[in-house]
Amino acid sequence: MTLALAIDAGLAVLVLAVATWTIAVRKTFAAVVGFVSYGLLLALVWVRLLAVDVALTEAAIGSGVTGVLLLAAAARLRPTEKGAAAEQPGAALCFVTAILSAVVSAGLAALVLLPTNPAPTLAQAAVANLPATGLGNSVTAVLLAYRAWDTLLEKVVLVLALLGVWSLAPDALWGGRPGPRYPAQRDGALVFLAQLLPPVGIVVGIYMLWVGANEPGGAFQGSTILAAMWILVVMAGLGDAPPVGRRWLRLVLVAGPMVFLAVGLSGFAIAEAFLAYPVGYAKPLIILIEVPLTLSIAATLGLLVAGPPERAE
Amino acid sequence: MPPTLAPDGAATANGFLLVLAIVLPVAGVLLSFALAGRHAERIALVLMPAGLGVAVAIFTGVWRAGRPLLYIMGGWDPPLGLALRADGLSAAMLLTTAVVICAAGLFARAEFRAPRPGQPEARAPFVFWGFLLAVWAALNAVFLGNDLFNLYVALEILTFGAVPLVCLDGRAETLAAALRYLLFALLGSVLYLLGTALLYGAYGTLDIVLLSGRVRADAATLVAAALMTVGLLAKTALFPLHLWLPPAHAGAPAAASAVLSALVVKGSFFLIVRLWFDVMPGLLSQMAAQVLAALGAAAILFGSVLALRQARLKLLIAYSTVAQIGYLFLMFPLAAGGGSAAFGSVGAWTGGMLQAISHAFAKAAMFMAAGLITRALGHDRIAGLAGIGRTLPMTVFAFGLGGLSLMGVPPSGGFVAKWLLLTAAIDRGQWWWALVIVAGGMFTGGYVFRVLAPALTGPNDPLTLCAPVERHREALVLALALLSVLLGLLPLASFGILQIGRLNIPTGVLR
Amino acid sequence: MSAATVFGLCGAALVGLGLYGLVVHSEPLRKILAFNLLGGGVFLLFGVIARRGAAAGLGGDPVPQALIITGIVVAFSATALAVALVLRLFQETGRATLRSDAPVGARVTDTDS
Repeated sequence: MTLALAIDAGLAVLVLAVATWTIAVRKTFAAVVGFVSYGLLLALVWVRLLAVDVALTEAAIGSGVTGVLLLAAAARLRPTEKGAAAEQPGAALCFVTAILSAVVSAGLAALVLLPTNPAPTLAQAAVANLPATGLGNSVTAVLLAYRAWDTLLEKVVLVLALLGVWSLAPDALWGGRPGPRYPAQRDGALVFLAQLLPPVGIVVGIYMLWVGANEPGGAFQGSTILAAMWILVVMAGLGDAPPVGRRWLRLVLVAGPMVFLAVGLSGFAIAEAFLAYPVGYAKPLIILIEVPLTLSIAATLGLLVAGPPERAE
Repeated sequence: MPPTLAPDGAATANGFLLVLAIVLPVAGVLLSFALAGRHAERIALVLMPAGLGVAVAIFTGVWRAGRPLLYIMGGWDPPLGLALRADGLSAAMLLTTAVVICAAGLFARAEFRAPRPGQPEARAPFVFWGFLLAVWAALNAVFLGNDLFNLYVALEILTFGAVPLVCLDGRAETLAAALRYLLFALLGSVLYLLGTALLYGAYGTLDIVLLSGRVRADAATLVAAALMTVGLLAKTALFPLHLWLPPAHAGAPAAASAVLSALVVKGSFFLIVRLWFDVMPGLLSQMAAQVLAALGAAAILFGSVLALRQARLKLLIAYSTVAQIGYLFLMFPLAAGGGSAAFGSVGAWTGGMLQAISHAFAKAAMFMAAGLITRALGHDRIAGLAGIGRTLPMTVFAFGLGGLSLMGVPPSGGFVAKWLLLTAAIDRGQWWWALVIVAGGMFTGGYVFRVLAPALTGPNDPLTLCAPVERHREALVLALALLSVLLGLLPLASFGILQIGRLNIPTGVLR
Repeated sequence: MSAATVFGLCGAALVGLGLYGLVVHSEPLRKILAFNLLGGGVFLLFGVIARRGAAAGLGGDPVPQALIITGIVVAFSATALAVALVLRLFQETGRATLRSDAPVGARVTDTDS
């Protein structure tokens, strides 16, 4: 057993240990903290699996933004923990579910241990068609060229989730500011970070968007960093969330998918199909799509974390 | 470019219609999000006839050509890229969806009126019209998608569009119902995604047409198919995973309930049919099919008995949905395989899909009728329905017509569907399903009668109504109910369109 | 046994853990956590398939990697919607649990919707 394999095995065991703890621990807040650390470990696992784009996305969205969301929710739901602790699931249900889960896991493990040989792959086709897209990163090519339709629909998923979250506001507060007003603090680590990090974060986010064309990175990862900077500023009390009824906010949120859709529809006229790029213009069009897409996704992620409107304008 | 798909060949000329069918409602959602909320209703009203026109065009296109329509997204051929494909079944479901959504939209105009200019944007109308268009886009994407992962994203759009409609009124019960619906739906999606991952690992493609050519009966494929089916069953609310449906469908506003019961649950059912009859037809073992149908029979039994016990009209109709979904799964043991029972298998398949379509029209009409009754009386207690038939004759008549279609009384679409399933059951020698169908019909009659009896009898003096009910809304409900009846008047041969573009019509023996 | 296989087994175990947590826990927030674990396990299995498809100079098949990225974003949207529902339910009722509403099939006697 080589050193690398030993490290991988150790990492896998650690991930499983933290995940088991997240499921088994009594207090919900502790479980969420466990989940955030599980997410960071998972990002390391993705690096070991040579999927750096996925590692960036997992660290940013899977454990970063999700973690913030769940921590805020767990903090607000602390009063319910005593009542919930009294409602323990029945032993029969636990037993049956444990058997079922074990069977599913065992079946999947068996499939992992008996892989298809040779492993089917689309890597050759993806690389062979890269020159037509003008990109160097094949994952970005899949997301914004080969399977751009999936990405467009996924952006619609984000918009709908945001609309769904907003729809939960009471009628009187519709169009108001989301989330609580965080008190402006004068000093402390949070304010210090909120003053120091955003300029750096914005530069890093834009860089990550730009470099995603040829290296690991891209619109989703860059936009999450931008969203994180905004969340940091709001949580330190240095800024406030805008009211969700504002026209400019709505336009920022849909600019990304609308430009994407417009470029796609122009494919009927200037290229051969919907979402096709004319020869030689693929990369500029992809950049044209990615810039508003990054802004939209950043705004959407930030507002999803903020929640439904809770304060009138 | 990599070679094109088989066996349909290259993309068809009017394939752009398939793109329009999804892009129009998506553009509607985005536009109404961007502009002020009062435009949402207007955008929806413009898009409804446009979307209906596109659905009709696709339907006639498939019918005339006798072949499915195909469109390759972005010019990248599968397996690297994605395609949209409309076979006969897709075209029929597209048309059904367009009609029901247009009817629901027109019906809902009175409840979700856009605010006047100068008034602030209101939450409920803005949210309702946005999600109605989103559900339409998602359903079209489900019916037209030809790639398993693309279908996963479409299913997510469908869930995210349907869940907020359930808790639109913001009460605690509907919030809890929406949360339970979301959790069940998410479990379903993630199991579906797991199956998709395993299939990619085995075959290197997620395109339905390519997969149907490559699939073989090995462990990975069977595990993947089982996981995907369980996930989709959770979304279709088949017994015993039906617990989320009654409170969710009963708690939504009437127009939304109509769309949820008629169309949204059919989306995931459509994918189960795609999976077992198009992607891996030879793999459905007789035993697995019998298990599915047994769950369907249990759904018919439980749903009908629980419907009989409900005190509220909307809950009764929601439990009726649980029961009618059970009928859909009776087609699996009867339609799988072929050989000497080839006609029976085609008949059972047609019967199952016809049940889905006629149930859509009938259930939409019934939920909308319940909405009108609730608006008129101020409540929906079945005990308090006495005499409503005299005040709202069209509405109660429509409810009755819908009920007749659900019972399977001729002439109606429901009758043809159940008759096809019945004859297939007898042809196949699986007479026990024939008993289930007949018993289900009797139970359905029981709970329909439970509503109609007080409605049609009762005091002679007209009731004092809480709020007036517009005639055009009653007419709309009646039109939908008539559609479910008219389906039964079509000659049987006209359902041949559903067979256009079916992959691998089975000729072998069941495994 | 390669790194991919080790992490594949880890993914299989995560799926089982997530499934267990999703069914057994009564608090909705714990269910959401378990759903995220379940999703993570599914993505890991997909990632192992990507790793095994390494070819043409790449470390892994880019198509599953792109699908995983899409899946992570969709899972976050789902979590956000579910959390918003739980918080709203807590604001309305003071409790965050699904067990307290009327059992299926009961005679509900309160009036209209």
